[in-house]
Amino acid sequence: MDAWRGNPGSLLGLAGLAPAEIERLLDRAEAWLDAWRRGAVSPVLAGRSVALWFAEPSTRTRVSFEQAAALLGARPIVISERGSSLEKGETLADTAATLEAAGVDAIVVRHGASGAPEQIARAVRVPVLNAGDGTHEHPTQGLLDVLTIRQSFGRVAGLRVAIVGDVLHSRVARSTTWALAALGASVVLVGPPTLVPTELARALPAEVCHDLRAGLEGADVVMALRLQKERMVAAYLPSEAEYRARWGITAERLGWAKPGAVFLHPGPSNRGVEVETDVHDGPRSRVRDQVRNGVAVRMAALERALSGEEAARWRS
Amino acid sequence: MALLIRGGRLIDPATGRDGRFDVLVEGGRVAAVAPDLSGRLPAEGDGVEVFDARGLVVTPGLIDVHTHLRVPGQAHKETLATGTAAAAAGGFTQVCTLPNTHPVIDSPWLVEAVLARAREDAVVRVHVVGALTKGQEGRELAPLDAMARAGAVAFSDDGRPVADAGVLRRAMEYARAIGLPILDHAEDPGLTGRGVMHEGPVSLALGLPGIPAASEVVAVQRDVTLAAFTGARLHVMHLSTAGAVEAVRRAKEAGAPVTAEVTPHHLALTVAEVERLRYDASTKVNPPLRDESDRQALVQGLRDGVIDLIATDHAPHSGDEKALPYVDAPFGISGLETAFALAYGALVESGALTLPELVRRMTAEPARALGLPGGSLREGDPADIAVFDVDAEWIVDPAAFRSKGKNTPLAGRRVRGRCVATFVAGRRVWGERP
Ligand SMILES: [Zn+2]
Repeated sequence: MDAWRGNPGSLLGLAGLAPAEIERLLDRAEAWLDAWRRGAVSPVLAGRSVALWFAEPSTRTRVSFEQAAALLGARPIVISERGSSLEKGETLADTAATLEAAGVDAIVVRHGASGAPEQIARAVRVPVLNAGDGTHEHPTQGLLDVLTIRQSFGRVAGLRVAIVGDVLHSRVARSTTWALAALGASVVLVGPPTLVPTELARALPAEVCHDLRAGLEGADVVMALRLQKERMVAAYLPSEAEYRARWGITAERLGWAKPGAVFLHPGPSNRGVEVETDVHDGPRSRVRDQVRNGVAVRMAALERALSGEEAARWRS
Repeated sequence: MALLIRGGRLIDPATGRDGRFDVLVEGGRVAAVAPDLSGRLPAEGDGVEVFDARGLVVTPGLIDVHTHLRVPGQAHKETLATGTAAAAAGGFTQVCTLPNTHPVIDSPWLVEAVLARAREDAVVRVHVVGALTKGQEGRELAPLDAMARAGAVAFSDDGRPVADAGVLRRAMEYARAIGLPILDHAEDPGLTGRGVMHEGPVSLALGLPGIPAASEVVAVQRDVTLAAFTGARLHVMHLSTAGAVEAVRRAKEAGAPVTAEVTPHHLALTVAEVERLRYDASTKVNPPLRDESDRQALVQGLRDGVIDLIATDHAPHSGDEKALPYVDAPFGISGLETAFALAYGALVESGALTLPELVRRMTAEPARALGLPGGSLREGDPADIAVFDVDAEWIVDPAAFRSKGKNTPLAGRRVRGRCVATFVAGRRVWGERP
């Protein structure tokens, strides 16, 4: 599927994004991380404003984007779910056009409906950055996962990554899988057939495995996904306890992966359900790196969208 | 005022006529059909309209057993005037309007009210399908007998299929006594869940909740089983899956009183169209556009006669509604004005069906399935006539639709086969004067 990429500078998804483009975003994120550590971030986006349109609440992602924008000198304008004009029956396109008319230079959008950022991007000329849409994609989260993996191993190509859990409903798993596959990693999606449908292997560049041990074997990276309580109510699973017993990542089970394998989790985590605390906080965990990398990746994404020089390069 | 339609290729499957015929209309009825009626042509000035149909195809007016005219209560989507104008533009002279409206058509007064309004506002013949259960809630039976006496031609809980098989059984038993068919929207609500498109690789990649093929297959199997059990006449609407075609095939072989329909969009389009247009809700339709193997099974089912007829499921919506996110937008394609061309392309141009067979599936068969008058051009029949230019290529432009519903995934698509004139009771309701 060849994704529509949106206006120049947009980041709607990682499906169909060229490997070189992904690498470049990761490289820029790495450079910003380095500058940030040294306290030497230049405010390349000074005077620009970024709408952070969060039609679905998410403190983590919003804070990360806000921080990224602020570090680069751009002014974040937060439009929260509550009080947004969507509730008054305005369409996505109307609200987006209003933001554009008000002079924002980019729109970061988080929405509960898959495809909403694409629909918004078709309605405006400013770049649109997808901060998570329904069960479709969450490209900056995918990039930060890949960046974390690249930092851990110094490369991505040739690695084997097991993503364990509710892949069906995970926009993170989709984005991460697209990016990993583009960079030459192999991905195996692991979990019960209700949450990891066999047909996923025809939808994403990944294998599907319904046996945890087999799925973890040979993995360099184990990434657990958040399990939501609604899945029990909707009969995807009998109980959290059953999930934990069969699919939860414990220290012992992490040992089924390669020696030296690392653990990732997009957060927020249900400790004692999809992952045990000793794994989540253990020596192989890269969860904290993920959060820090999230800011850097969003700096790279905003820079790509907005910085005149950068944007011109991306546009050429 | 007499009308002579001259020199066209008359295709009237009900009489087996296919050839060059003149059709003379007097008093709103077919007065004569013969290869050359120029001798019977009344003198000029006696109020004779002559329609030169040379190079054109003349058929009985098309009949759509599955139209959403949105009356009562949804005038922002469609009205009797716009909906029947769209029907006329598509070559239809009779449409059956479905009861999933606001309020639901579940009383004799509402049936009468819609029919009365149709006499005022409609340019083609309108039949009313009453609800099967009160409020289409699937619990209590609607007053089926009273609605039948008020003029309802069939019953349906379209859009909200009866979930409780026990209720459906009793509804069938009762409808059987009344002698009218049930139009069946075959879908298992539990399997559909919150699904919005065909479940498969495309839905998984787009992150849109899927409707599995099994949702339809399970329901068709249940419903044809109950039809055989109760003896009720069951017409299964808008088949979309190979499995459902197979279930209808087996039911018919076993002698169940079942007929079935397929829409032009399910014959012509697949989930590939959803993939191409991505989150554009113009492809959002229920049942959803399926796989190519399903599409081929539908074409084959039509060829075999397992599927009796073509119906549009014309479902107009406002642009604002269709501009919502895909998961929130309503289901439906505005189909009356593209039906013939879409079916012509998918069936006749592809070589699957002959033109006379296609005409039969849009005229005589729908009349037979619902026990409606018309669908034929025998001498004495009402002069409901459509004239097509099957060679005309045109580009679908929703802005030019007569329907209020501009919702179609076909915008910009080049199609072939266009209705150039439509007559109801000999009166022209569509087309330029010659
Ligand atoms: Zn229906």
